[in-house]
Amino acid sequence: MSNPTYTVIFYLFAAITVFSAAFVVFTRNVIYSAFSLLFTFFGVAALYVFLSADFIAVTQVVVYVGGILVLLLFGVMFTNGIMQTGQKSEVFHIIPGTVLLAGIIGALLYTFYTSHGWMPSETTLQGSIVERIGFETMSHYVLPFEMVSILLLAALIGAAFLARFDKSGK
Amino acid sequence: MISTVLSQFSIPFLMGSSLNVWSEALAGFSLFGLPLGLVILAAIPLVFIALYSLTYGVYGERKISAFMQDRLGPMEVGKWGILQTIADILKLLQKEDVVPTSADKFLFVIGPGVLFVGCFLAYAVLPFSPAFIGASLNVGLFYAIGIVALEVVGILAAGWGSNNKWSLYGAIRSVAQIVSYEIPAAIALLCGAMMAGTLDMQQIIISQSGSLGFAHFFLFQNPIAWLPFLIYFIASLAEVNRAPFDIPEAESELVAGYFTEYSGMKFAVIFLAEYGSMFMVSAIISIVFLGGWNSPLPNIGTIALNDLTNGPVWGAFWIITKGFFFIFVQMWLRWTLPRLRVDQLMYLCWKVLTPFAFVSFVLTAIWEVYVP
Repeated sequence: MSNPTYTVIFYLFAAITVFSAAFVVFTRNVIYSAFSLLFTFFGVAALYVFLSADFIAVTQVVVYVGGILVLLLFGVMFTNGIMQTGQKSEVFHIIPGTVLLAGIIGALLYTFYTSHGWMPSETTLQGSIVERIGFETMSHYVLPFEMVSILLLAALIGAAFLARFDKSGK
Repeated sequence: MISTVLSQFSIPFLMGSSLNVWSEALAGFSLFGLPLGLVILAAIPLVFIALYSLTYGVYGERKISAFMQDRLGPMEVGKWGILQTIADILKLLQKEDVVPTSADKFLFVIGPGVLFVGCFLAYAVLPFSPAFIGASLNVGLFYAIGIVALEVVGILAAGWGSNNKWSLYGAIRSVAQIVSYEIPAAIALLCGAMMAGTLDMQQIIISQSGSLGFAHFFLFQNPIAWLPFLIYFIASLAEVNRAPFDIPEAESELVAGYFTEYSGMKFAVIFLAEYGSMFMVSAIISIVFLGGWNSPLPNIGTIALNDLTNGPVWGAFWIITKGFFFIFVQMWLRWTLPRLRVDQLMYLCWKVLTPFAFVSFVLTAIWEVYVP
């Protein structure tokens, strides 16, 4: 990571992530907000790549861009007249929000300064990560993996049942 | 073509058997401390897309479609109309850059860009030769499947930004189709990944090389492999919006789908993206099932045909030939089959391709585990 090119690219992606995330929150246009989320997701995926987590980076793109963002865009586009009504959101809970924000930043900074840096992992990466992930999910973590599969299957069946065209009700 | 240029000043590279020598040499090249090599590395696939879509993509498709319909195709500009594409490009360049008044300016402008970037990003993991790959990722195949998601967003931006109901219909049809067909396509490719035991593109190809040429390709390695091969081919047609799955741009119903409002260079970029993804899916199918840059010719007795026709330059020749063959099949189907209806399209995806993809997945797994 000492290469200046990588440093420049890292800060570029960090800036994209932060600015697009800010745009998601501050814009009043829901469509722009959703499209800006695309850049946030890509920036986060790029930051994963800088952490040598290629697999998680690609999964991030598949799940968030390919799944959630498209769903979000569909939802926004099919909602009638969303472009006409200006989004007016009141500022609620300003004091608890500020306290929470200050608390989180304080805790992060405290950990950073008391542990002298970012605490890099002591084990170094060796070989292909994908293989390790595959072996671990199929051996150590096979029970949680199967539980998640069943949960997702149940959600899928439930969604299909709710969305089904009801012939008798017509 | 690029590979031959490179090989002229680097004879050792030509004979070198080690992987990715060209791309690594390029990546290490820098001028005045600037990583110029990385830029060139990224520019090579871009130049390839542009050259191939101008020659084979546009001119080839017009000629092929003409011959299939017993016509002559473009004949006026140059001999056999060879210069027709250049004339078209000049025309597109001169056109006024029209943005409709009621369109969402920002989304209308970035739509084609996002679309093209989505298609182009996948080229990073396509090995163009044993010695050349943009980025040798150990999750290459997964990345190539996943990055298509960006194209979906580009299509939605173009369709919504045009503020035209035909565009929006086209975009929504297109996205529904791409998102649905990703599932059988991914499961079919997973069969290939299971046979190779890796997601690294170069490793997938290496596990298909051998002295018997085509007999080592995954398509001929196991009796079920034709099923995922066929499923991926059909699903890839739908993913790149080609006929018979071209309902997003169905001319007779939707004018031109999500790019109805586009003209000039933006239109050209959308078409560049379409031709780019056509080659991308063709290259992926030939990498996963037909040995990528491996020569299909076997060694016959003492005539070592396979050894003679392998190597960095030959590799580039083979993978591009295989890709172009599948593009030819895509064009052939386009001018042969009628368009599907929306409900038929979804029926085919969810009730035919997906169950068969699961069946082929299980059968491939059984074959891989129990057959030595």
